[in-house]
Amino acid sequence: MPEKPDRSAIEIRNVSKIFGSGDDQVKALDNVSVDIRENEFFTLLGPSGCGKTTLLRLIAGFDFPTEGEIRLHGEDIAPLPPFKRPVNTVFQNYALFPHMTVAQNIAFGLEMLGRPKQEIEARVAAMLKLVKMEQLRNRKTSQISGGQQQRVALARALAPQPKVLLLDEPLSALDYKLRKEMQIELKRLQGETGITFIFVTHDQEEALTMSDRIAVMSAGRILQVGSPWEIYDHPAERFVADFIGETNFLTGTVKEAGNGRARLLLGSGAEIAASAASDFKPNAEATLMVRPEHAKLVKGKGDLGGTVQNIVYFGTDTHIHVRLDGGEMFIVRQQNARSAGCGFEEGEKVGVSIGDDAAQVLRD
Amino acid sequence: MSSASEVADAAERKDVRGRWLLSLPALLIIGIASVFPLLIVLVYSFLKPGSYGDVVWQFSPDAWVGVLFQRDIFDGTLSIADAHLSIFWRSVRLSLMTTVLALILGFPTAYFIATRPERTRAIWLFLITIPFWTNLLIRTFAIQEVIRNEGVVNGLLMKLGVISSPIQMMFTDFAIMIGMVYVYFPLMVLPLYASMEKLDFRLVEAGYDLYATRLKVLWRIIIPMVKPGIIAGSILVFIPSLGAYVTPRVLGGGRNLMLGNLIELQFGQGRNWPLGAALSITLLVIVMAALLIYVRKASNGGAHHG
Repeated sequence: MPEKPDRSAIEIRNVSKIFGSGDDQVKALDNVSVDIRENEFFTLLGPSGCGKTTLLRLIAGFDFPTEGEIRLHGEDIAPLPPFKRPVNTVFQNYALFPHMTVAQNIAFGLEMLGRPKQEIEARVAAMLKLVKMEQLRNRKTSQISGGQQQRVALARALAPQPKVLLLDEPLSALDYKLRKEMQIELKRLQGETGITFIFVTHDQEEALTMSDRIAVMSAGRILQVGSPWEIYDHPAERFVADFIGETNFLTGTVKEAGNGRARLLLGSGAEIAASAASDFKPNAEATLMVRPEHAKLVKGKGDLGGTVQNIVYFGTDTHIHVRLDGGEMFIVRQQNARSAGCGFEEGEKVGVSIGDDAAQVLRD
Repeated sequence: MSSASEVADAAERKDVRGRWLLSLPALLIIGIASVFPLLIVLVYSFLKPGSYGDVVWQFSPDAWVGVLFQRDIFDGTLSIADAHLSIFWRSVRLSLMTTVLALILGFPTAYFIATRPERTRAIWLFLITIPFWTNLLIRTFAIQEVIRNEGVVNGLLMKLGVISSPIQMMFTDFAIMIGMVYVYFPLMVLPLYASMEKLDFRLVEAGYDLYATRLKVLWRIIIPMVKPGIIAGSILVFIPSLGAYVTPRVLGGGRNLMLGNLIELQFGQGRNWPLGAALSITLLVIVMAALLIYVRKASNGGAHHG
């Protein structure tokens, strides 16, 4: 991965946004602060209603924060109208102008900036080439497919060479295969243009595969900011672990804690030590989180005992659902080999082995 | 196979006959209510006027000559009928001005209504249409009450000391125009609202996002997209304005005639039914020509935009 400069493109400082007034008040954003670096593919990830689109609209200028600052390269842009911000948006439904052709759509921003005609033409041609749409430049936007509209929306937003490109769930309307294609395409465009991308999505897989860094949001707050790897393997909270990927959660009480680790006593009487996301006091309630692919199923005794209840074959791997002796369900994911089955049978007594680095203790 | 296709053929024939039968009532109504009366008007315009109204069944092109020319009573030479021409011109001019003024006032009104929350929109539309339920004559007299020399506007201005003597508004072209704008305003607002309601306001946001100022967004995005509403509203205001009768009669007095008044005059005091019929058809032709130009321009504009 190329070295990214660490300067901030966007700094969000203590931003709150309240919609409505009186009893109808809704706090869409609650004291949010985050730095988005230059030339970074940054993703705002969260379930619908978590405030991610609101934050994007504040950056774009369609709404204004109730409190706080939004800085672009150090300059507070929060009071500026959208047409004075060097920021462009790819809208969820593309919002292409239906009364203009593909080329006219792409030229619109440049025209509004008052660029000379020659420059506009050259830039439109370059953009059409960038998104591979040269053939369709004179088509109306209603005469092209969803994926092509997506490309035009991208070209239109990139044409004025914004400092930051905002993408509001741009792939949600595409079918699975096209979405996969566009994910790679977006990543390529970001690399080629060197523009900071801020990408909003509720699709955790999309976030993991495309982003340099991810901010996980819930109920108007940012819960964690980190690389996909950090978010997946070292979630800061139970919500983050639950929202991203599949996870086994086991509740228990802290026996001892310190040095970033904690020893947990589970309901079944088993004791497991793991790294801890925050500081714990003995006897506190906590959750042990284990990714299905990080646990191992063994014949005989493991860290936890249980019975195989269900075996689900997925092609690339097999999910084995184990009913633990304490009563909880636990899923173990095994990569499949070609020659043999998964090696276990339904109803078989098994042990679950959790390696030293496989689990994490989380606050409840 | 062949029997199946025969059955299908028979069904189709029956279908065609069925369609004809179904459209018969519509055809009858169009025939009786539209084509037949128009034919009467056309025939009357080629007859001679009776001395006490009505027509004499004798072919004569005089009425058509009379639309544009007048015959000198002494030597019988023809000269251009200035009076008629000035009435044509006033009608077209006033109707155009009415349409433009109604558009200028109606556009922000429709935009305002379209951007209200959904449950309050119906109330605004209701308010716009209320005057429509009142008798036209009464509404016109109400305007007279507002703009006459001793009326509300002059009274207020004089009381405030802005003017010392009343401004003459009654019996002017201005009065006719104000009256027609008031009367036909809903016909402008409703189609404008209908197309603005369908406007995708995310496109407006996209415009702002791409550095367009408010004025540019209005000009480059909103207006092109609500163009069908602008055209429909303008046609709906222009056409009845051209043939307006009550408004110019009441607010324009006897001096400022429009085409509708001129036609009425021929069937009333003028006792020249053929001329009235010829003038009616002239009005119809002007309207059709205006429509044709508009439609052609509109479809050209559409093609131009892509």
